[in-house]
Amino acid sequence: MDNPPTTPNRRRFLATALRAAGALGLGGLTAGLAAKRGRTGEYVWQLDPQKCIACGNCATYCVLDESAVKCVHSFAMCGYCDLCTGYFPPEPIEQRTGAENQLCPTGAIQRAFIEDPYFEYRILRDRCIGCGKCVKGCSAFGNGSLYLQVQHDRCLNCNECAIAVACPSQAFRRVPADDPYLLKVRGKQA
Amino acid sequence: MKRLRRVPCPRLRGHGKCRKRRSLPTRAWAGHRIGVGILFIVFLCISCRISPAAERFPPPDFTDHQLPATQAPAAPSPVYEYADLAFLIAALGLASYLAVRRRSRRGLFVLGIVSLAWLGFWREGCICPIGAIQNVTLAAFNSTYVLPLTVAAFLALPLIVTLFFGRTFCAAVCPLGAVQELVALKPLRVPPWLDQALGLLAYVYLGLAVLFSATGTAFLICRYDPFVGFFRRSMGADMLVFSLSFLVLGIFIGRPYCRYLCPLGVLLGWFSRISQWHVKIPPDRCIQCRLCEEACPYGAIRTPTTVQPPADHRRGRRRLALLIVLLPILIVLGFGLGWMLRQPLARLNPTVRLAERFYQEQTGRVQGTTGATDAFRNTGRPADALYAEARSLLGSFGLAGGLFGAYVGLVVGGKLIYLSVRRRRTDYQPDRAACVSCGRCFWYCPAEQALWKNNPAACGLATMPEKT
Repeated sequence: MDNPPTTPNRRRFLATALRAAGALGLGGLTAGLAAKRGRTGEYVWQLDPQKCIACGNCATYCVLDESAVKCVHSFAMCGYCDLCTGYFPPEPIEQRTGAENQLCPTGAIQRAFIEDPYFEYRILRDRCIGCGKCVKGCSAFGNGSLYLQVQHDRCLNCNECAIAVACPSQAFRRVPADDPYLLKVRGKQA
Repeated sequence: MKRLRRVPCPRLRGHGKCRKRRSLPTRAWAGHRIGVGILFIVFLCISCRISPAAERFPPPDFTDHQLPATQAPAAPSPVYEYADLAFLIAALGLASYLAVRRRSRRGLFVLGIVSLAWLGFWREGCICPIGAIQNVTLAAFNSTYVLPLTVAAFLALPLIVTLFFGRTFCAAVCPLGAVQELVALKPLRVPPWLDQALGLLAYVYLGLAVLFSATGTAFLICRYDPFVGFFRRSMGADMLVFSLSFLVLGIFIGRPYCRYLCPLGVLLGWFSRISQWHVKIPPDRCIQCRLCEEACPYGAIRTPTTVQPPADHRRGRRRLALLIVLLPILIVLGFGLGWMLRQPLARLNPTVRLAERFYQEQTGRVQGTTGATDAFRNTGRPADALYAEARSLLGSFGLAGGLFGAYVGLVVGGKLIYLSVRRRRTDYQPDRAACVSCGRCFWYCPAEQALWKNNPAACGLATMPEKT
């Protein structure tokens, strides 16, 4: 630093060279990654319903207060049972829609009569907390048409999904953002 | 048992035509209520653990009922990400201007609060340049993972700015830095030996973060981010204790996370060493008043050196020679140690853990199953594929652990050499690697204050950085 600034010296030259190399390298890295990005899309978290064991971790481990995982319903797979084991506990007090008879702790499943003897069950998204109680009931005794999915309007897409870390069955994986759901389809059993 | 699961319970269907078709021979079971009960419980246990989700009740064909679609809401538009990027660019530019040219400690402080509000509390600490290190690493090692462009920019931009202006990112853009800047009320002086030794932790943490993200094991930086829980206003009890202790520690030790843990701080420190226009303490001439050293809560001011007696000089040279010889030994030793640690390191990987547990269950070494092994059995994948995957992961952990150990050896040896090299300094200067450009030093500098008093209009602006 004793030299006048205009005089080039070795240290100054080296620093400038390193700076240039660093800036170019970082620019190149970003450009390279951008080029790679052009070929394939980004990835987001999703849970594989075939692996899910409905343990209930989704409701509690998400970094959001209200979990990004919620229950969805594959209507084409549903048996439209009167005594739905996703809606009622195994031994319901009575077969009515009162809260004391419902399996869902937040009353997020809406039951509607379609035609004798069929009832349709819809998930009220605002109430669902992703606890998976209905999923457990439905897959244990029913068709497994109720299942959990990461809702991408809510998911923050954390680097390390806290639920994925806590998931006992490794059901979470990254999926392409273009097709961010692993929806169950009737007749397609993985 | 398989047969049992497939037989649907007749009650489930309720009334209607299906009941007749699907009724069990109830009369035969009538006398065995207890047996049925036990069977039912066994059935319940099995079914609850494993969910085969077979089509037990064929969906009806409705004539005039339209089936609703499954809810699958799309992700929000990426406009927020671009807004974050714009904010980052603006904040980096402004911070560099305020620190290096305007020399305004007040401005930096206000900008820090704005950054804390935006990147911290509004965007909930996610997206963050510190964590972006892991994304870039994962993208480099895992060909299936695609790095979002904004994340790449969030890592590259602060580094590029640091190449030119020093760690102005740390001064006023990083929300984690801003939190610690706010709580640094009563900073104590950390003894230099302890400061340097703890500084090695950040290198080790960076190495571990790269190791675990490269092997797809964990994102350590995100998991142990001490302040993100505050930003999100939700965290587990263990993280609450960790975060609060960091916050309390931050009152007495300036920026404990930045100095002793931040992995990005390591990279920024190295980039800052060769920065072109780093913050200077006195605007013109140092009067050796030591006030800047007193004011710096981060121990980043290096004092003028004294002339060394010849005996000390000789001893110092011998020690330096010894350390340079020691460096390759440390690296080799580190490689060996890291290689030996491959198994405990690999056990943190969920796949390796699953394979190990599965093997123990298969060979009868442990009783019972876990959710992970149940789910694995459920997928029907062959066990050999799992073992092969785990074995290849263990192999890569051997190499990665060895490289990590060698890196730690290099860092320790390099630090010892760095500490043994004496540099000649006539004035009080910021340590370019450790200085976060917070601006306290020149804020307290009497020469700067004299300048303000003489020419308030030119306050700050008169002190041009060194021209090239």
